[in-house]
Amino acid sequence: MADSDFVVQTEKLCKTFRVGFWGKKVTAVDLLSLEVRRGEVFGFLGPNGAGKTTTLKMLMGLIYPTSGTASIFGHQIGSPDAKGKLGFLPESPYFYDYLTGGEFLRFYGHLFNLWGAALEKRVDELLDTVGMTHAKDLQLRKFSKGMLQRVGIAQALINDPELVVLDEPMSGLDPIGRKEVRDLILRLRESGKTVMFSSHILHDAELLCDRVAMIMKGKLVACGHVSELIAGGTTNEVEMVIDRLLPEALEQISSLASKVVLQGERVMVVLTSQQDVDLALDVIRSAKAKLVALTPHKASLEDLFIREAKGAPPAVEARVA
Amino acid sequence: MKVLSIALNTFRENLRDKLLYNLLIFALLMIGSSILISKLTLGDFDRLMIDIGLASINFFGVLIAIFIGIGLVSKEIDKKTIYTIVSKPVARYQFLLGKYLGLTMTLFVNTTVMVIGLVLVLSARNIPVDMLLFKAVALIFVEFMVITAVAMLFSTFTSTTLSAIFTLAVFVIGHLTPDLKTFGEKMDEVGRMMMDGLYYVLPNLERFNLKGQVIHHLEIANADLALIILYGLTYTAFVLFTAGVIFQRRDFR
Ligand SMILES: Nc1ncnc2c1ncn2[C@@H]1O[C@H](COP(=O)(O)OP(=O)(O)OP(=O)(O)O)[C@@H](O)[C@H]1O
Ligand SMILES: [Mg+2]
Repeated sequence: MADSDFVVQTEKLCKTFRVGFWGKKVTAVDLLSLEVRRGEVFGFLGPNGAGKTTTLKMLMGLIYPTSGTASIFGHQIGSPDAKGKLGFLPESPYFYDYLTGGEFLRFYGHLFNLWGAALEKRVDELLDTVGMTHAKDLQLRKFSKGMLQRVGIAQALINDPELVVLDEPMSGLDPIGRKEVRDLILRLRESGKTVMFSSHILHDAELLCDRVAMIMKGKLVACGHVSELIAGGTTNEVEMVIDRLLPEALEQISSLASKVVLQGERVMVVLTSQQDVDLALDVIRSAKAKLVALTPHKASLEDLFIREAKGAPPAVEARVA
Repeated sequence: MKVLSIALNTFRENLRDKLLYNLLIFALLMIGSSILISKLTLGDFDRLMIDIGLASINFFGVLIAIFIGIGLVSKEIDKKTIYTIVSKPVARYQFLLGKYLGLTMTLFVNTTVMVIGLVLVLSARNIPVDMLLFKAVALIFVEFMVITAVAMLFSTFTSTTLSAIFTLAVFVIGHLTPDLKTFGEKMDEVGRMMMDGLYYVLPNLERFNLKGQVIHHLEIANADLALIILYGLTYTAFVLFTAGVIFQRRDFR
């Protein structure tokens, strides 16, 4: 794969903060190497405090790496060339609250030397894109959190960037708002843009991302296609709920199950293979018990997330060349 | 162009700052009250009115320069508004320069308003207004520019409270710099070197003070005036450059 296919590339990126009176070292990002490819939606996942925001701020040139390097479109991060074709939405954005929606976007347009009719057209387009046309003449101080998030996204798109970097774009939005942002991200991808966003909401990432990276305590723990990462985890788990199960039948089933929960008349068991499921069904049928529910456990990013957080099995390596 | 849009945005931000209007109203009240004082005193009241007027313009302008100046950059970092600007192709020194020019515009408008107030008060008492008064105001404005730059420099690396204290100290000591030298001569070797160091590093703000000349109608040569302005602008450029170097290395967190 040619180098130019990498929109973002980081190489052993590290950031340590010094906190407190004694200047105690806190490692927020630890030897992070990853790349984002042209045209993909890239999810940057991790629990609170994992180092997502810190990484994105380094990419934007807001803070400097302690060590390691990174580039955007092959240009060193922080350089004007790296920032020219980029749009960025910071985490929980706060903007100049004395400006109206329109003034706000016009100001950012000026920073890209957009003026006059062309700018006015762009501002109207963007307000429409994020569903904020009604707020063009409303001061930002009167905006709700979700509305701020929306103009924040509009601001990130003002220069029609090739790479859009969003730090928690869905936070603070209602279900409709989240759906709209998801649709917007997909539309951006359709028009050939690269989108990188951070989130700890795995469902959104599963729906949207081509590839994801997961970090914990500043370290990369998994990176690859969503489907591959999920396949790396446990699948085929099935949960059964059974009523009126006689003790001896229960004993037979318990020997197959990985987990048994008794609730009075009712039994809940978890089975891990198709073969065990078939056997259990035979037992249930011959014992004339009643099968109340049978739910396959679909492996999800969430399982991976929780597994990684517990640190049990070794990290999934699904990196593809 | 980027610098100008940031400057205009800063100007707009300043105009919505209540502190600005409070200080402006105080300044105008002071200038106006000199009419009352002049009625109470016998004799040379036009000197007194000019003195009070220029001193009010100077004092309140410096307060605006310090108290808005220290917040210019630190407020943007605290509120994270700087994130969306510095992540655009705007160099950090352009941001700094834009903020600086924005406050300079605000100060210019303010000074103009205060001078109009002074001229109105003076003409109400039939005191002649000559060119020298405006030259004095021009130098006061150059002093504002120096003080704003100093406030900005401090705010790039310390908290707003410390910045305010340091800038006030520079303002006060800056008016006493000639005394620093004489003071140092009475001290031992180390003390003298320190006083000399301060003498050369701190701005010599007394240079911008023409109140005595105005009151006593002592003309100042245009060449001298130009030289003082040049001194002020060079000093400002030096301070802004230092602020830029520090700002460039900072983490915004
Ligand atoms: N300015 C700072 N000073 C000191 N430590 C910091 C600073 N910013 C972040 N950290 C530390 O770095 C680590 C990573 O923080 P970061 O904000 O990058 O996490 P995150 O992944 O964005 O989390 P969240 O999902 O909560 O936004 C945390 O341990 C945090 O305490
Ligand atoms: Mg974060």
